[in-house]
Amino acid sequence: MSARDSILGKIRASMGSPASNDDRRRTVADRLGSAPAGIIPERAKLAEAERIELFCAMAEQFGATLARVGSYGEVAGEVSGYLRDRNLPATIRIGADKRLKAAGWETEKNLELRHGPSDGSDMTGVSHATAGIAETGTVAMMSGQDNPTTINFLPEHHIVVIKAGDIKGDMESVWAMVREKQGKGEMPRALNLITGPSRSGDIEQTILLGAHGPRALHVIVVD
Amino acid sequence: MELTANKFKANASKALVDAQLQKALGNVEKGFIGKRQKAADALPEFDALRDNARDIKNHTLAHLDLYLEEYERKVTAAGGHVHWAQTAEDARRIVLDICRKANARTVTKGKSMITEEIALNDHLEANGIEPVETDLGEYIIQLRGEHPSHIIAPAVHLNKEQVEGDFRRVHTHLASERDLSEPVSLLSEAREVLRQRYFAADVGITGANFLIAETGSSVIVTNEGNGDLTQTLGKVHVVVASIEKIVPTLEDTSQILRVLARSATGQDMSVYTTFSTGPKREEDPDGPDEYHVVLLDNGRSAMLGTEYQDMLRCIRCGACMNHCPVYHAVGGHAYGSVYPGPMGAVLTPSLNGIDETGQLPNASTFCGRCEAVCPMRIPLPKMMRHWREREFERNLTPAVARYGLKAWAFFAKRPKLYRFAASLGMPLLSLFGGTSRRFHALPLAGGWTRYRDLPAPEGRTFQQAWAQREALKQEAGH
Ligand code: SF4
Repeated sequence: MSARDSILGKIRASMGSPASNDDRRRTVADRLGSAPAGIIPERAKLAEAERIELFCAMAEQFGATLARVGSYGEVAGEVSGYLRDRNLPATIRIGADKRLKAAGWETEKNLELRHGPSDGSDMTGVSHATAGIAETGTVAMMSGQDNPTTINFLPEHHIVVIKAGDIKGDMESVWAMVREKQGKGEMPRALNLITGPSRSGDIEQTILLGAHGPRALHVIVVD
Repeated sequence: MELTANKFKANASKALVDAQLQKALGNVEKGFIGKRQKAADALPEFDALRDNARDIKNHTLAHLDLYLEEYERKVTAAGGHVHWAQTAEDARRIVLDICRKANARTVTKGKSMITEEIALNDHLEANGIEPVETDLGEYIIQLRGEHPSHIIAPAVHLNKEQVEGDFRRVHTHLASERDLSEPVSLLSEAREVLRQRYFAADVGITGANFLIAETGSSVIVTNEGNGDLTQTLGKVHVVVASIEKIVPTLEDTSQILRVLARSATGQDMSVYTTFSTGPKREEDPDGPDEYHVVLLDNGRSAMLGTEYQDMLRCIRCGACMNHCPVYHAVGGHAYGSVYPGPMGAVLTPSLNGIDETGQLPNASTFCGRCEAVCPMRIPLPKMMRHWREREFERNLTPAVARYGLKAWAFFAKRPKLYRFAASLGMPLLSLFGGTSRRFHALPLAGGWTRYRDLPAPEGRTFQQAWAQREALKQEAGH
């Protein structure tokens, strides 16, 4: 008997006298099909304006910095300002996301854009989020050419652009978006939920930012 | 690691006089308890979510075979491979095979208790493959040749001076006059050293907090980002996870995530929660070429349908040990097993048998804090009691403890007599087998006396004190 059959056999044997297999299969198929939502915290159920404010407040509480701009055209200026303020080199790593193409880079003549995944040598990376979660100030990132996963983790500074309209109240709304994009039961290769910059408490339980991932997370909300 | 659970009493005695350890252990109470409480208080739905999390896992365990089949189907459809391992040995062999096929010389590892359970590092090393732990705490204890003393804070038993000593000993390529006096400089140094290792590694190995049947995804929950670098930069990603990590849907995962980080570190969300589904796709610029999941049983299927089934709801948050007075006093290594604290005292006998681990279920004061904070509402004290009974039945208990239990059973059925005997200066305690007496006589026993009613410090029994208090209250009410 294969290891697989043996393990599954032991599990089945442990169930004593389970309901007929058909009933159990139906129960499982129903749950997978309907994916019931469970308990959604009240604070995730705010109307749009308050929701965006909660998202910003939460993200800041968990160590991100925040900027709000009126349009995509202002993103490049905000990025440049961020780099200048921190004396960072005027070079960013960026994927192929179309929304980021129209971010007004042409006005920032000194800024160098490197395209494709990060090779570990980048000081700053810029990505576009798929969605935000107001409940916890979290951004949701999907892998792919538009926003390579390595940009989320290798640069010292990670700048995430998010459309205000993509900020949802809860994680469950993000799953609805992902299902719409990918189909039910399908996921991108990697989906990263990111809440604040990388941290560690492993030395004497002292929380320090910038463990292995970015030391700083800057979120730009485009209204 | 070598199982020394049956030396718990000896290990604990040593731990209690280890000044370095005692200093470090102060951080457990300081660091975790208040943060969890604050996070729980800030979410009005917290307790309802705990109920729901418990129900989700109970439902999953009742249909585990079917959810596992569905999970396997989805992983395979996404281009991944599922390997079934009945024992630790099977799992080690499977992982080694994958590494060999990838011609791996070094593998990076994200933090994973399950690879501790199967003693993977030793096996890889013995076969000429170098495992590199990348979680800061895991990295530190790997340098020291130690094992984690806590399931989410593996190096919690150490002070920063000890870490500094290890870094100076091992990182000899760095200037010897560098300043490493602050935790932040230690962190930066580890970051620099490990950066190169991610890129050099052929295989990245992680555990999983969840396996999702609906999508075939594995989920890791971390704060440092090392797990993500491990699984993104290696050519091959191997997930090692036990069968009870399955949850049905993304929604179910979200419910449990809401209680996980709050219970563990007091965060609303950990920094990185990553859902991985299969290997790199055609349009992907990064990610692993191969994606493998090793599904480990190692005794878990035998827990189903027994009084220990509830233990399979555990999400390894660490709250039970963070709130355990025994853990506070002796630390994780004293347990002599992979999993320390209350969850370890229940799980280890299930995985390794009670013969080898009989002292663990006694490493408890039955104060009940672990169950009170467990996000999955696992009745840990009850299960420890079950193990004690089993141990008793099997006559493994030392004679004095056996006598003590019999005496206790005698008195427990005769409450009046118990009260009387207890009022005679509490000599009953000594009948309970020696452990209680040893512990309550300790100078560090604040943690016990805070949560339990025995022994009575002011020379009255708890029942006397309580009766007196009630009488005073009534008088005041008149
Ligand atoms: S037993 Fe409960 S409290 Fe302890 S680690 Fe498991 S889930 Fe957390």
